[in-house]
Amino acid sequence: MIQFFFRRLLDIFPAFIGVTLLTFSLIHLIPGDAVELRAGERGIDPARHAAMKVEMGLDKPLYVQYFKYIGGVFKGDLGRSFVTKKPILEEFLTLFPATLELSTCAMIFAILVGLPAGIIAGVKRGTVFDHTVMGASLTGYSMPIFWWGLLMILFFSVHLGWTPVSGRLSALFWIDVDTGFMLIDTLRSDEPGAFKSALSHLILPSIVLGTIPLAVIARMTRSSMLEVLKEDYVRTAKAKGLTPNRVILVHALRNAMIPVITVIGLQTGVLLAGAILTETIFAWPGVGKWILESINRRDYPAIQGGILIIATLIIFVNLGVDILYGIINPRIRYTR
Amino acid sequence: MSDTIMEHLDAAPPPHPLKEFWVYFSENKGAVIGLYFIVFAILLAVFADVIAPHNPFDQYRDAILQPPVWMDGGSSKFFLGTDDVGRDIVSRLIHGARLSLLVGVIVVTLSLAAGIILGITSGYLGGFYEILVMRLMDIILALPSLLLALAIVAILGPSLQNAILAIAIVVLPHYVRLTRASVMAEKNKDYVTASRVCGSGPFRMMFVVLLPNCMAPLIVQATLGFSTAILDAAALGFLGMGAQPPTPEWGAMLANALQFIQRAWWVVTFPGLAILLTVLAFNLAGDGLRDALDPKMKR
Repeated sequence: MIQFFFRRLLDIFPAFIGVTLLTFSLIHLIPGDAVELRAGERGIDPARHAAMKVEMGLDKPLYVQYFKYIGGVFKGDLGRSFVTKKPILEEFLTLFPATLELSTCAMIFAILVGLPAGIIAGVKRGTVFDHTVMGASLTGYSMPIFWWGLLMILFFSVHLGWTPVSGRLSALFWIDVDTGFMLIDTLRSDEPGAFKSALSHLILPSIVLGTIPLAVIARMTRSSMLEVLKEDYVRTAKAKGLTPNRVILVHALRNAMIPVITVIGLQTGVLLAGAILTETIFAWPGVGKWILESINRRDYPAIQGGILIIATLIIFVNLGVDILYGIINPRIRYTR
Repeated sequence: MSDTIMEHLDAAPPPHPLKEFWVYFSENKGAVIGLYFIVFAILLAVFADVIAPHNPFDQYRDAILQPPVWMDGGSSKFFLGTDDVGRDIVSRLIHGARLSLLVGVIVVTLSLAAGIILGITSGYLGGFYEILVMRLMDIILALPSLLLALAIVAILGPSLQNAILAIAIVVLPHYVRLTRASVMAEKNKDYVTASRVCGSGPFRMMFVVLLPNCMAPLIVQATLGFSTAILDAAALGFLGMGAQPPTPEWGAMLANALQFIQRAWWVVTFPGLAILLTVLAFNLAGDGLRDALDPKMKR
């Protein structure tokens, strides 16, 4: 097991190096150099331009610049934003809890709805319920989620007036930000009703962001269930006289979960990409919205840093899924 | 004796491959509906200039934010109403179909062509080249597709062409991996060995002998690739990183729809519905295609 763990850990190195190469070349592929970019439209005189190039280390060969960049990355130095002049890592970390909170809630929603729906659809194959779940999940999978978010706002916020349109907390409350997770911070504060407000702000974005993972989880659970229900051990369990619920929930589901867990892990990337759209629609002050704004402001260090951190996160989540997979299914440890 | 065998063969000629395919494909009702919708969308796109009642760029200043025909204040001149500068929504949707399908065609062609070449060469040649290509694809896969597409657009600048290029790069790994996997499965089969013994050169081996036998999963992936391309292009358009206004692209039509959400629901609803239905149609057809082309599914 330990050997398996370290082998997988070594595997992620090429991917990580590749991503750093990608983010490093990002800033060099843009027309004009970093000095001109920082100077913006005002322009800069040639002498100052040359001086700044030396100051920023841009006169060195590319590989030296790359190693300098990598060295910084490992020390947590991702450069400073052109716009706010703050370190990128600091900016990212202040915004990340908002994205993490939203993604977690979206994933909980997707699992809570998708898993039971997939199980029931698999068990009751060919029924109206099955067809409905499959139809709905294919629709969810095909959904342009930015439009889905607009529709949800149109219906629940504008038409019914049930939920707020945007943001994380009503402006009526003033909360000390400790953890960055609004649900926790509001619970710890003394403001009555603040938690309820934070929760109501979370509902629509979570549903919108969770829609595609929900559809994928439901489809995967169903097909995995169908596969497992055909197995001999399920027939044995039935023949032993176990109740149908026990057969499905204990004997079948445990084995059916293996591919489902992988799919859930792979949805992390989908969630982080979806967060760009969802956060834009709901004015959610998270990482996705920040990256989009950085692109619009041509704040290249921020784009570079943001992409690097998100890609690294995804690589590590995939590593975690792989290891978890090895724990659940011992066969995998030895075959790779 | 031989006569009876001949008679027997005459009685049941093998169905034409296309006919056989259609029999399996048409078993799946959803796939057929999807296919009909795709044909409908293609017709709309081809004859957009004839079918669309108005020019998609014409601004009718006296009919700004007019509701659809069945609502109070709607008129049959603008069937689905008008947008914030008085452009006819139906006409913009029809011309949008042209753009969306074009995006799909170009993205799928680019990524399929590049994917086949990279996949087949890396699967056939192997060695360091294969490791290099596959690691590169792993890196592309490590990034969420929309984020990577945004990064590429950030370098190249926002426009529909650059969005197409970005999406083609982002979906490339799927084709490469799929082609390589098929080549690996095929390359040790007897017919391949026979062809090598006959003296086929590497080019012939890859593109004449192996490629036709690797096409089935690629066709399915290409169909599903249309939906990804249309969806991603719309998302980029929505974020202002794809087609630029006043282009009647479905995603771009939604870009500033948020501000009309209170007073003009039709501006928000119809472009998204068009995206959803088109993407759904391609996904349905792709699923049906997979079932029809997969020998394991045939009964």
